[in-house]
Amino acid sequence: MWHLITAPILLPMLTALIIMLPPVHYSPMRRRWVSMISSAIQLVLVVVLLLHVQQNGLLHYAIGNWQAPFGIILVADTLSMVLVCLTSFLALGAICYGSAGEDEKGSFFHPLFQFQVMGINGAFLTGDLFNLFVFFEVLLIASYALLIHAGGKNKTKAAVHYVVLNLTGSAIFLFSLAVLYGTLGTLNIVDMAQKVAVLPAEDLMLVKSGGLMLMIVFALKAAVLPLQFWLPATYSSASAPVAALFAVMTKIGIYALMRIYTTIFGADAGPLQGMAADWLLPAGLATVVLGAIGVMASHDFRKLVANLVLVSVGTLVCMVALHTELAAAAALYYTVHSTLVTAALFLIADLIANQRGKAADRLVSGRRVVQPVLLGSLFMLAAMAVAGLPPLSGFIGKLMLLQAVTEPSSRALLWAVILVCSLLVIVGLSRAGSTLFWRVSGGDSSGEKAAPLQVFAVCWLLLASPLLVIFAGPLTELSQQAAAQLYDTDTAARAILGSATAEGSAP
Amino acid sequence: METLFASCIGFLTFCGIFLMLRGRTFPVMLGLTMLSYAVNLFIFASGRLTLRGAAVLGTSEQYADPLPQALVLTAIVIGFAMTAFLVILAIRARADLGNDHVDGKLPDADGMKRESR
Repeated sequence: MWHLITAPILLPMLTALIIMLPPVHYSPMRRRWVSMISSAIQLVLVVVLLLHVQQNGLLHYAIGNWQAPFGIILVADTLSMVLVCLTSFLALGAICYGSAGEDEKGSFFHPLFQFQVMGINGAFLTGDLFNLFVFFEVLLIASYALLIHAGGKNKTKAAVHYVVLNLTGSAIFLFSLAVLYGTLGTLNIVDMAQKVAVLPAEDLMLVKSGGLMLMIVFALKAAVLPLQFWLPATYSSASAPVAALFAVMTKIGIYALMRIYTTIFGADAGPLQGMAADWLLPAGLATVVLGAIGVMASHDFRKLVANLVLVSVGTLVCMVALHTELAAAAALYYTVHSTLVTAALFLIADLIANQRGKAADRLVSGRRVVQPVLLGSLFMLAAMAVAGLPPLSGFIGKLMLLQAVTEPSSRALLWAVILVCSLLVIVGLSRAGSTLFWRVSGGDSSGEKAAPLQVFAVCWLLLASPLLVIFAGPLTELSQQAAAQLYDTDTAARAILGSATAEGSAP
Repeated sequence: METLFASCIGFLTFCGIFLMLRGRTFPVMLGLTMLSYAVNLFIFASGRLTLRGAAVLGTSEQYADPLPQALVLTAIVIGFAMTAFLVILAIRARADLGNDHVDGKLPDADGMKRESR
């Protein structure tokens, strides 16, 4: 059990290496099967690990047995394990979709995909800020290569912007890490929390500037308002399975914001407590509004879905800014729901685009799709879920979000913005749906039918939405437990630092 | 020494940001490289600047913090790989889009004039 915590990182890495080695590498079928089977195994392993963590509390693993705070550690608490499970579930669906033919349009699809999963899992599991940077870079370099998978002008153009922005983001990340290390003398997240609590007054401004620079970096990764311009172009030009996996990448930014601003700059941080909230709340609200406007204004369906990602990011950032246990629990449930549903929408958009001839996924009248009933019902389900209509998971997610806003002053504003924007999203989606399926102009449908594996992948991701409703009771309990564990920083510090804390406080 | 070091980092960052805001991919790339140099020096300085300080215990009277040295090594390797990727991507963009402007198309005549000014 102890070593299993490294599995979500090691398994994708080893799979990627195996796929690149001769017996597997020469045959496309073998590459696909190895990739799919490994992802399925990974899903089983992380669910086992999640159940273990849920029962026995936080699990941590000192790499090379160098004890924290000196060595590098991996930490699995309920929050990070839920997100790792989410990634594995999503990755399996996306790989199945890619294996239907998309993977052969360029080289090294499966290894890169596995490397990206490794980076994402690592970012969720690490307990060390510098390792968070390293895993960010691992997932980013894989995502750069995946973004231009299958080539094309649009992809290259989007990739140039995406790479330059993220390199700048990495530079800012390193600046802030150096500032924090220079003042706190450690990069272990729980140890930093203890150092911040006893910070001398003259270092206050330095730590604050370091912490706010971190906020800029994570806001860039999460695509929060002034830093979100890259997202629609990038996500809508990526090929479908890649865009589906990218749906979880913005959530890493949200996770990092949540982790840093509750653990390091949390309740014990004195004057630094909640310093990000003042910035995040207005930025989050503005992102929701901008995303909703983007949904209304989009000319093609993929851009529309990318704007839906913005809406969900904005909502989640608002929840992070509220900084309560209730809000964190709601945010976790909503993260799982919105990631899977937007990923499914990216896949559906690709299916529709393949069947509409030249019109592709542009919102203009075009040929009839080949399988109107199948695609129509999938679209309908996904749209209902993402807009937050009952009886699907979006409704429960939004209900939890709205209930989590307990302060009367912020309640009026947040409820108004979230509900009005939901309405705009419904209008945008119904407009898109009726254009795509009903505004048919002549011509027989000539596109290819969706492959069974593609339909399976979409159903796999969409299935999560009714499941999230049926098991809403245990899942909300799980997310509340995760939130409680996130806010219970003392227990985490005692578990991770152990006796080192006692020694540290003695002199 | 501190003043020299700090102003060196500041100047590199200034040049990096200036070049990054240019319209062609090559200056942008150079800007990012300069920024990463500045970052590397900055990380190195986070362990405080010491003269004749050894990182290994028992070899000298003054010690330097070994961790920033390890961090800076990692940052250099990652930065190098990322820059290499960006160079290849920029060349590919030049081939795919037919020009080396970051937006993939050259600005119109007015834009050109504004840029040269």
